[in-house]
Amino acid sequence: MYRETEIVKDFTATGEGGDMIINVGPQHPATHGVLHLVITLNGETIKKVEPHLGYIHRSIEKMCESLSYRQFIYVTSRMDYLSAHINNHACALCVEKGLQVEIPERAKVIRVLMDELTRIASHELWWGAMAMDLGAFTPFFHAFRERETINDIMEETCGARLTMNYMVPGGVMQDIHPNFQKRVKDFLQLYKRKIHEYDELVTGNVIFQNRMKGVGILSAEDAISYGCTGPVARGSAVSCDVRKVYPYEIYDKLEFDEILETGCDSFARYLIRIREMNQSIRIIEQLIDNIPTGDFQAKTKAVLKLPKGEFYTRVETARGELGVYIVSEGGTTPYRIKFRSPGFSNLSVLDKIARGGKIGDLIAMMGTLDLVIPDIDR
Amino acid sequence: MWSFSDISNSIHEWLSGNFNPTWTLIIEMVLAGVAVIGLFAVLGLVLVIMERKVSAWMQIRLGPNRVGPKGIFQSLADTVKLIVKEGMTPAGADKFLFNLAPFIAMIVTMLLLAPIAFAGNFQLWDINIGVLYVSAISSLSVISVLMAGWASNNKYSLLGAMRSGAQIVSYELSAGLSVLAIVVLAGSLQVSDIVGSQADGWWIFKGHLPVWIAFVTFIIAVTAETNRAPFDMAEAESELTAGFHTEYSGMKFALFFLAEYVNVFIVCAIGATLFLGGPIPLHIGSWEGFNHAMDYIPSSVWFFGKTFFLIFLIMWFRWTFPRLRIDQLLNLEWKYLLPISMINLLLVTAMAILKWHL
Repeated sequence: MYRETEIVKDFTATGEGGDMIINVGPQHPATHGVLHLVITLNGETIKKVEPHLGYIHRSIEKMCESLSYRQFIYVTSRMDYLSAHINNHACALCVEKGLQVEIPERAKVIRVLMDELTRIASHELWWGAMAMDLGAFTPFFHAFRERETINDIMEETCGARLTMNYMVPGGVMQDIHPNFQKRVKDFLQLYKRKIHEYDELVTGNVIFQNRMKGVGILSAEDAISYGCTGPVARGSAVSCDVRKVYPYEIYDKLEFDEILETGCDSFARYLIRIREMNQSIRIIEQLIDNIPTGDFQAKTKAVLKLPKGEFYTRVETARGELGVYIVSEGGTTPYRIKFRSPGFSNLSVLDKIARGGKIGDLIAMMGTLDLVIPDIDR
Repeated sequence: MWSFSDISNSIHEWLSGNFNPTWTLIIEMVLAGVAVIGLFAVLGLVLVIMERKVSAWMQIRLGPNRVGPKGIFQSLADTVKLIVKEGMTPAGADKFLFNLAPFIAMIVTMLLLAPIAFAGNFQLWDINIGVLYVSAISSLSVISVLMAGWASNNKYSLLGAMRSGAQIVSYELSAGLSVLAIVVLAGSLQVSDIVGSQADGWWIFKGHLPVWIAFVTFIIAVTAETNRAPFDMAEAESELTAGFHTEYSGMKFALFFLAEYVNVFIVCAIGATLFLGGPIPLHIGSWEGFNHAMDYIPSSVWFFGKTFFLIFLIMWFRWTFPRLRIDQLLNLEWKYLLPISMINLLLVTAMAILKWHL
């Protein structure tokens, strides 16, 4: 799949037997960023999809190697910018694992709350963007109504709306804002009042269901062999929620369900995310009134040094499993860092599921994979 | 009752009194041409601002609100911007066809304005085959789209144009068949006759089921024929960036844009004329007072009110529905709409023969 292919520069180029070869991206309205796909078309039917990566490669992993264990976390907000909290969380967890710090109960709860709010915000944006891929603009604005509320909560507590940089090794950067609980409760009310619009506007729509059902079939075997995680794999009934399988923080004490769908198609992947938002709401409801008192940060040294060795943690981001692998030589900066990003593996199935479909299907499938390009192209 | 026809009649009388018949005809043609161009521009501006306001209302936002009171001059400002912009012609494009295409789109749209009755007895050209003329001319619009797509030398444009070709050719059938239903009932192709046949009640309120079926088919088919969402396959910005007009900029793009909106107006005007009685006011049975009050509303207000209601309906579709896929789009036409409208036409013909509609 990743064999060398010339990027099409001659726009009249045709492939074998008159197939049309098209560059979709890097600048294209449906790639949500700068993904570059070279697709081979027979009329409207897709014969091959080749993702070309590297357009926004910023060598984040290399950058992290020259930054201290406190600093490198901030760079990771720029990977999957829609779940910045969760990226930071994964890195903080990995450093804590190396330092063997026990973090206070309050910090754990705040972290989980922030993670789940981020997950909802990310899925809201995905829902709007997904509908926009299918040609419906209005859902985008409806999704943003709720997402803005979450962003306001984040802004108040973390000081930023998108790249929060709130998680630090040992806990969170500062205590929650006094308004935090009230604002979150307001959001929960707003969400519950408005969630039915999502089903009325998009999920129940006949055109939408026709576009989604039975396209982009990804079997459970393929999902496993391509390394899919998150809603993409769970839409093919592969149980892989890291929060359930390898619980971190306080997820093992919380009541929530891992959502699985057996449809294996685009519609299954769509439903997973919609239902996951409700599970996140459930988690927030359990925690919001029970934030324990105490410190929000464990005492750590000013300069962090990880012992010599290799450390790996994984968390469940809004897109799937994010792994952070740190190799330490005992210094103040990591010797090598590797991120296992969910988007990269999920993108790799695109060719598999898109072949034989129409161009419109390709766009819809890319929507259900929920790709965030800076996460793929680090 | 005050009406547009008073103005046109007085102009005609004044011209006939001062010039010989040939000059009268020429001057009237020039005046009509100026009026059509003016109407084309004004309709484009009004519909663009209307669409933006309607979409803003549906999307819980404000929409344009800076230029002029409530932003009503926004589309005027946009037009000025588009006029002063450079109209680029890509290096690889077929220059003649590329530059010709937007004008064909515009000319086709202007031709379509001719047989529309904007008010009682106010019509540019009451041709005796008015409805046939409209279906014949509106099928020419596909030529401009194909021309633009082919001449742009852009693969997205070509795909958009091919989609548009398949789509317009298909949906014309059910649009035509649903129009025929009314033609059969009214017994004439002439627009004034069709309007006249509804003097005692609009076709839609005469209680015939086939007319309702024809009306729904008509609305679906013309939404597809004007390339409006959910059938905007030719543009499909998330798939084909902008489809057939990807390479167009400045005023050339604006002509496509205006033509699209004026086309929407025209098909809605035809829908209003055929099904909703055009300039005929609403009358309810024996409510004398009510009917009398309705007669006092000028016929032009009735016509534009009905037309803008249908336009609102089509805008509502656009801002609610996701887009269909190309094969689903063609399935909808060939497997559902076309058989339905054919059977419907048979029903209507039987009705007309048995004189049930009278």
